[in-house]
Amino acid sequence: MDFTTFEAAHFLAILPEIVLIAVAALVMFMDVVQKGESRRMMGYVTAIGLMAAMFIGIGFSLPMGDPKLLFGGTIRHDMLGFVFRMMFLVAGAITALITMDVKGLGKRGDFYAVLIAAVIGMNFMAIASDLIMLYLAIETTSISAYALTGFLLNSDRSAESGLKYFLFGAVTSTVMLFGFSLLYGFTGHTNLYGIAEALGAGNVPFVTLIGIAVMILVGIGFKISAFPFHFWTPDVYEGAPTPITAFVSTASKTAGFIVLIRVFIIALSTNSGVAGWLPLMMAIAAVTTTIGNLVALAQTNIKRLLAYSSIAHAGYTLMAFVAFESQPEQSVSAATFYLMTYIATNLLAFAIIIVFARAAGSDEIKDYAGMSRRSPYLAHMMLVAFLSLAGIPPLAGFLGKFFIFKVVVDAGLYWLAIVGAINALVALYYYLIVMKVVYVDPAPEGASKISITRPYQIAMVALTISVIVLGTAATPWYNWAIAGASSLF
Amino acid sequence: MIPLEWYLILSSVLFCVGLYGVLARRNAIAIMMCLELMMTSITINLVAFWRYGNVANLSGQVFAVIVFAVAAAEATVGLALAISIYRNRDTVVANDLNLLKW
Repeated sequence: MDFTTFEAAHFLAILPEIVLIAVAALVMFMDVVQKGESRRMMGYVTAIGLMAAMFIGIGFSLPMGDPKLLFGGTIRHDMLGFVFRMMFLVAGAITALITMDVKGLGKRGDFYAVLIAAVIGMNFMAIASDLIMLYLAIETTSISAYALTGFLLNSDRSAESGLKYFLFGAVTSTVMLFGFSLLYGFTGHTNLYGIAEALGAGNVPFVTLIGIAVMILVGIGFKISAFPFHFWTPDVYEGAPTPITAFVSTASKTAGFIVLIRVFIIALSTNSGVAGWLPLMMAIAAVTTTIGNLVALAQTNIKRLLAYSSIAHAGYTLMAFVAFESQPEQSVSAATFYLMTYIATNLLAFAIIIVFARAAGSDEIKDYAGMSRRSPYLAHMMLVAFLSLAGIPPLAGFLGKFFIFKVVVDAGLYWLAIVGAINALVALYYYLIVMKVVYVDPAPEGASKISITRPYQIAMVALTISVIVLGTAATPWYNWAIAGASSLF
Repeated sequence: MIPLEWYLILSSVLFCVGLYGVLARRNAIAIMMCLELMMTSITINLVAFWRYGNVANLSGQVFAVIVFAVAAAEATVGLALAISIYRNRDTVVANDLNLLKW
């Protein structure tokens, strides 16, 4: 490792993140100078800035040729990281759009700036290949997310969920960090590839390694809200401002999965003879999916319902990793594609919830009665989102689940595929119950039409199209996922 | 020189005391103090591993510096959240924060 030579190419690789810092500074500046109604424009500026960073990334930072370790080995410039970064940028842009008309948030420049900081942290989580960089990136994301969750200082629920998120997150990430410190101590490396090499030599006892793997799994399990670290999820999702719920449940969870890929598949991989975590992961995947879906059946609040459904989705994604030993590339690409579909679908669902809550002032499922009469478009988009979450063809969620189950079956884990299939049926039930309330139940007397403002129209139409495109014309996107997965090995 | 094991025992004990405190205490401020204990144990770990390993490779030291910088940032946000709750509700005891329950 040579720390003294930074070439221009190194900075070109992180150009989107450099652009994001400039956008954050611009938004902070606008926060000072803008007055009145035009303050809302900061949302557009954030969204456009994030999309601009994405196109600049595609133009200048697209990884060419073999993956390279840059900045003294702290980041790895490969296709997988690139795909995930693009996903975070899109998720951030959509989050900025669906924040614009939320009371108490839409005109706060500092909110958008912290949101951008969280996206920067996630981008570095996607490319970090060094324990130090990884920890720094994880905490950049987490600390921003704690602040965003507790952003509505006058709302008891927001502040309470922020504190809960903070306490749970800080404890689990500290346990993970203890695992990192032991990993460094036993191997003498902080670089993930150095660690893999040192572990491959086989000087570290198996029991110690499993202990370290469990400690790291505590931190990552919290980020992806896998059982048994899912207890914070419903509370935080319900109490947080809804755009932040959307952001945490999609982008932050996806970021957890890329860390899982980097740490477990590279550093603690089978090549170094330590795949002892696979049975553990198998059990966690099965239990997470089942718990998420079963508890979701009993929910009366739509945000809590989606919280438990997101726990179940984390379980499905974990199932792909379980098949990692026999077919590494397919399992990573299936997980990546599933996360793409999940981000688009879940953001759409939360955008609809925000629009409805603005009109009706409620997140209770029973208040959704007759929504199809109050706003047919909103109801149709909700149908698309919920059927995609349930995994009905031809929508995105179906293909995502299809690839996951295919990998699981190919690996010979039939029981896991059956658990997944039964869970998909249970999930279909509670999604359809909500759709029944929306379409069949009569609207309350004197319920007004629901108006959808411009930023929400843009966000929801874009998301609806992408949910349908991901489900029907999936080839280019799935090829991205495959290119990413093959660049990892 | 003191053997490496002693440092590791010290850091493990500190870590376990911190973890016990986090799980047993009900006051958010006390939980944060226990978190700091856990962070300290990690710093001891890292510096000890660096000193007894390859001294020429500074990554252990860099890691330790980053860890306490992050710990400070984390404590700042946590205390800010605790203060905002205290202003509204006059309590930071976890049992009283029960608006959100499953």
